Amino acid sequence: MLLETWLVQLKHWMVNLFPAGWQPGVGSLVSVTVILGVFATLFAVATLLERKGLGRIQNRPGPNRVGPWGLFQPVADGIKMLTKEDIVPLTADQVVHFLAPIVLLAPVTLAFAVIPFGRKLVPIDLDAGLLFFFAVGSAAEVAAFMAGWSSHNKYSLLGAMRAIAQMISFELPLVISTMAVIMMSGSLSLVEIVRAQDGGVFGLIPRWHVLTPWGLAGFLIFFTAALAESNRSPFDLPEGESEIIGGFMTEYSGFKYALFFMGEYFGMFAVSGLATTLFLGGWHAPLPFLDRTLVPSFVWFFGKLLLLLFVFIWLRGTLPRLRVDQLMNFSWKFLLPLALINLLVVALWRFTASWPLAGRWALCLVALAAPFVALGAALMRHRHWKPRHYRYAR
Amino acid sequence: MKSAFIVLVLVILTSAAAAVWLRKLVHAALCLTATFAGLAALYLQLGAEFVGFAQILIYVGAVAMLVIFAILLTRNAGMTPEVRWSKHSGIIGTAIGLLVLGCLLISLSASNGIRLIAANTPEPTINVQRMGEQLMTRCVLPLEVLGLLLTAAMIGAVILAMPEKHGEGLDSDGRKIDEL
Repeated sequence: MLLETWLVQLKHWMVNLFPAGWQPGVGSLVSVTVILGVFATLFAVATLLERKGLGRIQNRPGPNRVGPWGLFQPVADGIKMLTKEDIVPLTADQVVHFLAPIVLLAPVTLAFAVIPFGRKLVPIDLDAGLLFFFAVGSAAEVAAFMAGWSSHNKYSLLGAMRAIAQMISFELPLVISTMAVIMMSGSLSLVEIVRAQDGGVFGLIPRWHVLTPWGLAGFLIFFTAALAESNRSPFDLPEGESEIIGGFMTEYSGFKYALFFMGEYFGMFAVSGLATTLFLGGWHAPLPFLDRTLVPSFVWFFGKLLLLLFVFIWLRGTLPRLRVDQLMNFSWKFLLPLALINLLVVALWRFTASWPLAGRWALCLVALAAPFVALGAALMRHRHWKPRHYRYAR
Repeated sequence: MKSAFIVLVLVILTSAAAAVWLRKLVHAALCLTATFAGLAALYLQLGAEFVGFAQILIYVGAVAMLVIFAILLTRNAGMTPEVRWSKHSGIIGTAIGLLVLGCLLISLSASNGIRLIAANTPEPTINVQRMGEQLMTRCVLPLEVLGLLLTAAMIGAVILAMPEKHGEGLDSDGRKIDEL
């Protein structure tokens, strides 16, 4: 039990050192410090993992010079970023240019506040937690625009426009796929949603949402949209290096660039954490009886988070970048209808609760697979596979 | 509590005034976004979580982006200050402002919210679930009408943006541009 609660007890002990009037403030300060510390560390680990992982995928060793197996590479990167010269273009809009990285990073960090990291580790349990998550996430669009416009550079502006168009398009499937979860668990509070995935069938198969037909479809839609929302490959058009240099971050250098980078990774962590909470059972162990062992619940949570991060990196190493029109068509003509159909399937699942499990599964699977195949076939109908023509590069 | 309210109101009023007076349109739009965010904070401070978050999601996330896109797509990427004042713009602006204020005052005094506050009724505890139930039962007709209106607007926008049948959709070599 001590393994589970030591963080909470430590916080109580620290808060009790202060007079009563200060305690709420000190309490939130401690939570904020822990969240920032943990995720900044995770940021460092993730950059190393990404570079190592991409290296292995591309058959090269990756960073291996600083420390044993390149373990201290993030430290070296951090020192480099901190000591680099901070250049602001002469024609840039100084104030907006300065504010953009802050407007990006601050709301993304806020999103961690509602995610239940463990049985006892919930920073705040908001009644409308899920809505809070998406509300703070929407500030990223403003930040991308501020960065792109204020740099006074055409590549920056192009990157910003791409980023905003992409984020707005993929926000719809992202939000609608989570609505399925809200319909089943009947709450917007993330703590309640984790509680709805408690227990298991025969004490062996967990009741995670991803193990239902609508949950599986919802998870896949959510994860695809999340890839696009966090501007990760194969949806990394906003910063497509080979086309528009660095997108809206082109004119940023030194630590401001690092802040953008950090914002991207924090967004990735937040959205992976949300996927874990909504579909993968949150802090529950993969096998229900493991919940009662000594292993603290946040270990399971961060295990799932790291697994999702690995999938992010794996996809980046595997898939080529999409074109802008492909991206838009994919979101509006494919993901959005599927997400809407998934809502209907959830309703079906809910109203057939008294049916035998196999019949329910079959019905919902057909209701999902039929439109999936039909949509795919309709979108691919006029497509003729032939060698690709490059208009400007023969 | 009171000091937080004063700070919020100061932020909202300052950014609103800046949105009116700044000469670059993009700056004005960004200040307007700050005003929206301040209003959301005001809702949150009053304990209306759902309305506050919805305000951020819709106004900061969508409406502000719409305004910015409109500026960027119509005028010179908003780089140069190009606010031109006509002789009557002050009068027209004041008139529209007063009209909006009048509408708001009339509808506010007609609603029974003021009477409830005056009668010192204890504030009800509102959670998202109850709001959802109200939306699906008592307010279902306005909700459906709003949905219909928005759908009609969206279809209209799609029709406006749809490419012409002939000539468009082909690249310079006359090949059809790939879809998906």
